[in-house]
Amino acid sequence: MTEASMHTFEIRDYLRQELMPHFMCPGCGHGIALRALLWAIYELDIDKDRLAIVSGIGCSGRVGAYIDANTMHVTHGRPLAYATGLKLARPDLEVIVITGDGDCLAIGGNHLIHACRRNLNFTCLMLNNEVYGMTGGQVSPTTTVDRFTTTTPLGNHEPGFDSCKLAAAAGAGLVGREITLQVPALKNLIKEGINHPGFAFLEIISDCTEIYGRKNQLGESPEMMLSQKASTRSDVYRNTVDQPFRPNAFETGVLARNDRAEYADNYRKHVEKTMDVLKSGD
Amino acid sequence: MCIKKRPLSHSIGELDYDPTHLNLEVYFLPPAISADFNRNRLSVQGNHACALAAVAAGCRFYAGYPITPSSEVAEKMSEELPKVGGIFVQMEDEIASMGAVVGASMGGVKALTATSGPGFSLKQENLGYASMTETPCVIVNVMRGGPSTGMPTRPSQADVMQARWGSHGDHPIIVLTPASVDEIYMETVRAFNLSELLRVPVVLLYDEVIGHLIETIEIREPAELKLLERKWTRAPPEEYLPFAATDDGVPEMARPGDGYRTHTTGLTHGENGFPTQDPEEVDRVMRRLLSKLDRNRTIVESFELLECGDADIVIVAYGITSRAARRAVKLGREHGIKVGLFRPITLWPFPQQPFAEVAALARKVLVPEMNAGQLCLEIERLCSPPSKVSRMNRIDGEAITPIEILERVKALESND
Repeated sequence: MTEASMHTFEIRDYLRQELMPHFMCPGCGHGIALRALLWAIYELDIDKDRLAIVSGIGCSGRVGAYIDANTMHVTHGRPLAYATGLKLARPDLEVIVITGDGDCLAIGGNHLIHACRRNLNFTCLMLNNEVYGMTGGQVSPTTTVDRFTTTTPLGNHEPGFDSCKLAAAAGAGLVGREITLQVPALKNLIKEGINHPGFAFLEIISDCTEIYGRKNQLGESPEMMLSQKASTRSDVYRNTVDQPFRPNAFETGVLARNDRAEYADNYRKHVEKTMDVLKSGD
Repeated sequence: MCIKKRPLSHSIGELDYDPTHLNLEVYFLPPAISADFNRNRLSVQGNHACALAAVAAGCRFYAGYPITPSSEVAEKMSEELPKVGGIFVQMEDEIASMGAVVGASMGGVKALTATSGPGFSLKQENLGYASMTETPCVIVNVMRGGPSTGMPTRPSQADVMQARWGSHGDHPIIVLTPASVDEIYMETVRAFNLSELLRVPVVLLYDEVIGHLIETIEIREPAELKLLERKWTRAPPEEYLPFAATDDGVPEMARPGDGYRTHTTGLTHGENGFPTQDPEEVDRVMRRLLSKLDRNRTIVESFELLECGDADIVIVAYGITSRAARRAVKLGREHGIKVGLFRPITLWPFPQQPFAEVAALARKVLVPEMNAGQLCLEIERLCSPPSKVSRMNRIDGEAITPIEILERVKALESND
């Protein structure tokens, strides 16, 4: 038993309390995701000094600042690029990216597929609330069809991304999804992602109650979370419930594992192997 | 760090100034290849010299994206970095390259990227982030013709203003513009030094001609390069303020993993690193950020004077154009024309005081550039009256020749 696990998880130990109250709206799912992440960090006994949180722009991007760690709040869509540089330069750091559906799938989509392809050892948490909340509620690449946003006054006519299928196809080492209602399951999934020796992409279904929920009359946060639960299908039931019974099912849990070489490890091995050739080359 | 009058160089020529008249002792002047032929020399192209110098300066991370005419920097880095335990990564695009470079530098590793016009445009947002978060990094822009794709294989000097004002908002940035392959080597080292020392992104801006020119460089001993390292803080973590001003206006930096657990953001932040919109605090931190270069002008500014002491006509030229101008000065002097050359090596912040002193004595100023007129705007600002400045521009993808400059000098001489 490690020293950390002998005590109970106390979220205040991992927060910058001087920044409270936080800026998140009442009912926002991002706080729950943050709690699950910090719980996972506690259970894994990760040293806060060695923890680097890289986040992008938007509501998700502002979450990182509350964590008592090395936090980098970078440019819109680019946290995966910054994290790639940071992790390559400093393999000793535990790097975790916090991003959103707009940040990661729209402006940062190119970085996502290439981060998956490289399979560098860090973890990406994508908080999916289906909307650009910080800018006032515009349509995002994951907005459900026919829902209203400030830029889809007639209802959204664009199909959304299944980000997990995208990440799995692009070669991410581990791909998973969970909803904020299932906090212990979410914590366990995040632990699995951090422990995976490669790139882990985790989609966390969050909810934007204030802007998106209100505009679409989805109810308060509890109603939104329950409807998320109703539309997901846990990995436990994956092969037992037929598609017709759950037409909009979002699968949750660990969805894909790609057993591939880790990027930095592979780079070092490759360099060692070819160093003699390089040195005699000039 | 002050370099005084230098002896002959095969490519740079004799520096000519009167130190009793101009207070130049404090300014950087270019080093020259020594006459000692036992020194380690190499014949390489400019882009390769840049890569070799970066590694010599301690750069251990390169992220880039292929683009003509700068690709050779990446190619050489991919070969050199593994030898010294560094990391080379070819990213998915120009934006990601710049992001990865800033990310690596935030981790405490000296980092480089290289690009050309269109790629430089794409890097601007993350370049501004480096400027705002005071993260050291070096960006090479080997200029090609533009706008847009322009002429990828033809030379140009049209990114003078983009290098200064390409990123949005008021931001400090240093731009160095070497004129020979050996100078690329030394200015690359200086770029890293200035970037680390002042926590400012440094752009190494040179044209395609210098980038692909093959010349001799001297491989200096590490001690001769006078490498400077970042000011890492030693303050107790509970007292440390990541963006608090020090004597020179440059805050001390904390390395992740050393127990400081700081926050870095592109949002306007206070001394503690956290976002602020308090007008008084914003005003204070922004003025401190923008004052860094002004307070350290003497170590940032670098230039060369040639025959300026009695010059009637002063040519202001940089990069490959300055080499044509150098020849034109020699030919002009042979014709009895009192012509000199002011060559900025630090393009931004422009060495305005030394230039103003030279310009005050001159009757006419000529600014040949391979663009439609960019640096001349700054020159006109510094000359009184501005009408004594003449522009000379080529935008056809060809370098300006010494004879062309000489003809303009002759015309200015006779046009009294």
